Amino acid sequence: MLRPYKGKIMLNYIVRRLLYTIPTLLAISFVSFSVIHLAPGNFLTAQCAFNAQADLERCKTEAVRLGLDKPWYMRYWLWLEGILFKWDWGYSFENHRPVFDLILERLPITLLVTIPTFIFIWIVALPLGIYTSTHQYSLGDHTLTFFGFLGLSIPAFFFAYLLMYILVIYFGIVSVGGLFSQRFISAPWSWDRFVDYLQHLWPIVVVVGGSAVAGLMRIMRGQMLDITGSQYIKTARAKGLQERKVIYKHAVRNAINPMITIFGQSLNGLLSGSLITAIVLNIPNVERLLYEAILQKDDLVIMACLMLLALALLIGNLFADIALAFTDPRIRYD
Amino acid sequence: MATTLEAQHQSAETMSAPSEPLSQWQLVWRRFKKHRLGLASGYVIAFLVFLVVFADFLSPYYYGMHHRRLDFAPPTLIHFWDEKGTFSFQPFIYGIVAAKRDPITNLKVYGEDTSKKYPICFFCAGDPYRFLGLFPTNMHLFGTGEDSTSPGQIFLFGTDDFGRDLFSRTLIGGRVSISIGPLVLMVSLFLAVLFGGISGYYGGFVDLFLQRIIEILQAFPGLPLLIALGYVVHRLGLSPLMVFLGLVSILSLLGWGGLARILRGLILSLREQEFSLAAKAMGASDLRIIFRHLLPNTITVIIVTSTLAIPGLILTEAALSFLGLGISDPMTSWGQLLNVLQQQNIVNVFRFWPWLMIPGFFIIVAVLAFNFLGDALRDAFDPFSQQGR
Repeated sequence: MLRPYKGKIMLNYIVRRLLYTIPTLLAISFVSFSVIHLAPGNFLTAQCAFNAQADLERCKTEAVRLGLDKPWYMRYWLWLEGILFKWDWGYSFENHRPVFDLILERLPITLLVTIPTFIFIWIVALPLGIYTSTHQYSLGDHTLTFFGFLGLSIPAFFFAYLLMYILVIYFGIVSVGGLFSQRFISAPWSWDRFVDYLQHLWPIVVVVGGSAVAGLMRIMRGQMLDITGSQYIKTARAKGLQERKVIYKHAVRNAINPMITIFGQSLNGLLSGSLITAIVLNIPNVERLLYEAILQKDDLVIMACLMLLALALLIGNLFADIALAFTDPRIRYD
Repeated sequence: MATTLEAQHQSAETMSAPSEPLSQWQLVWRRFKKHRLGLASGYVIAFLVFLVVFADFLSPYYYGMHHRRLDFAPPTLIHFWDEKGTFSFQPFIYGIVAAKRDPITNLKVYGEDTSKKYPICFFCAGDPYRFLGLFPTNMHLFGTGEDSTSPGQIFLFGTDDFGRDLFSRTLIGGRVSISIGPLVLMVSLFLAVLFGGISGYYGGFVDLFLQRIIEILQAFPGLPLLIALGYVVHRLGLSPLMVFLGLVSILSLLGWGGLARILRGLILSLREQEFSLAAKAMGASDLRIIFRHLLPNTITVIIVTSTLAIPGLILTEAALSFLGLGISDPMTSWGQLLNVLQQQNIVNVFRFWPWLMIPGFFIIVAVLAFNFLGDALRDAFDPFSQQGR
């Protein structure tokens, strides 16, 4: 009886949230565009600053061609117009290619790193959280808690270097940095390439996911402790229910709910981690493209990457909220 | 009469002493003291603050001092026994010599010249500086008293790519790394109290508007925006101090949202409670209610949230400076000191100059200490908390 009713409310909620993302994205694009133009100079400045007089003419025509002669708000409007009406994301100043193609080229790499990282975080953090809460104050709990705090306290880039250091110096492993070995970069997928990918992947996943694992593990532990201290768990135990069932059927299911929200909120931190790891470990993903574009003042590439990442964050949060609504019937939407 | 009253009073006091209720702060302190890790972290932070406040005195060199021809020199060994095995109570070092270049890597290999001993002197003269930024002096805690061309140099953490003493630079760099958190928090707290307070107290349209702004602020991809802003700050051609202040303002402008949200929620609920309604009924002004009645009730949350925000700020500053978009030469911070890892061939750093990674451990220790401290404070302030959560 109640199901379809709830489903309708949910649908309303999802649509409303999706509509909310539009003004948010517009605001983000406007602020980002103005921020990029706060810095003096543009893409051509470095090339044209020290050139001889003869080249000035060429610089001027180049500026007109790239649209850099117009004030920034005009260019913002043109950029927005192009996307909204023609789905034209503009051209990269740096390598004269459509921005959209550049992004599409890097997106698979981002996904090849991000999806395994998410899986890693969930399959490591939850069991550890459950273990530390059911073995509170044991040696294992103390050790894991300590490493959890350590994981939260290491800068991602330094963690990447430490891991590289250990792998290179103590194990002589050279498959660190990049996502593929040289010979597999443009090869088609094969078993060997997959193995090579896995070898390169795990240090990246550990570095990017490390602090998230530590954070989620701590929160899961706290949640579990709160719930296992509550009345209905006592009742379940008093009934003589197996401890395994008490933990997994009664406690864990209720402890997971807030985790979903917190995971949604931690997406931004994950993005920062993957950005800096991409720089240190040399992974050609969207985050790295963004970093390089910022340094080269390749405006339209910066904008496209920022929009993509902001959209990913918003959708991620939305998914977290929807997932929460499905798992927790108590949540109201109005 | 007065004395009897006093005596009565005293006796009453002594009688009721065992059951005398403790104030909230005494309770907090009692709970906090039980948290050993938190207490230890407090000492670690105090020690780090001591190190950076007296950094110029504790370090043997001026942090920008270049030792020409002594780039990438390894940490100096401190000796008590000389070649013949005779013990001297005063520790000494041997002079450093760039013996030769490695035939394969063409990198300098340093050795000790055991022909001459350089005793380490304490409280002796070195590079001039201003003690606490006020009194000009040239006394350092330790050093060799030799000038910069002499081979008798003491580098506890080795030197960097310009032959600058990494120990001195680490101590000075800590000033930025340690102070950036509290500084940023002061500004963001001001903004958060202002906007969160208004938002929660007045509600309505203002509240809705401010909440939307905060939502947008929090939907920004954090680090990319910081990198873009850091780039802007760098391109403006400001002095290093202004870059530092720019960094502080950027971090606080982007960081006040979360705190403002928490404060708004608290004030929203406190506003409806009897004591604030009573204050309102007695004709107290809005400002008086906010500052005398509502905000003092949020102080514990503010303290805990702030302490737990510091680690994130230290890490962010480190990341930005590491990328070369935060603090820049000649100013330095722990993150900026690690920027050399990006500049040099990383395998060379691992194989030949591992001491360049030392500042990273200072970051870890500082962040770890603030994390533990925040955790302990949260437990201590929460009357319902059980130890060790």
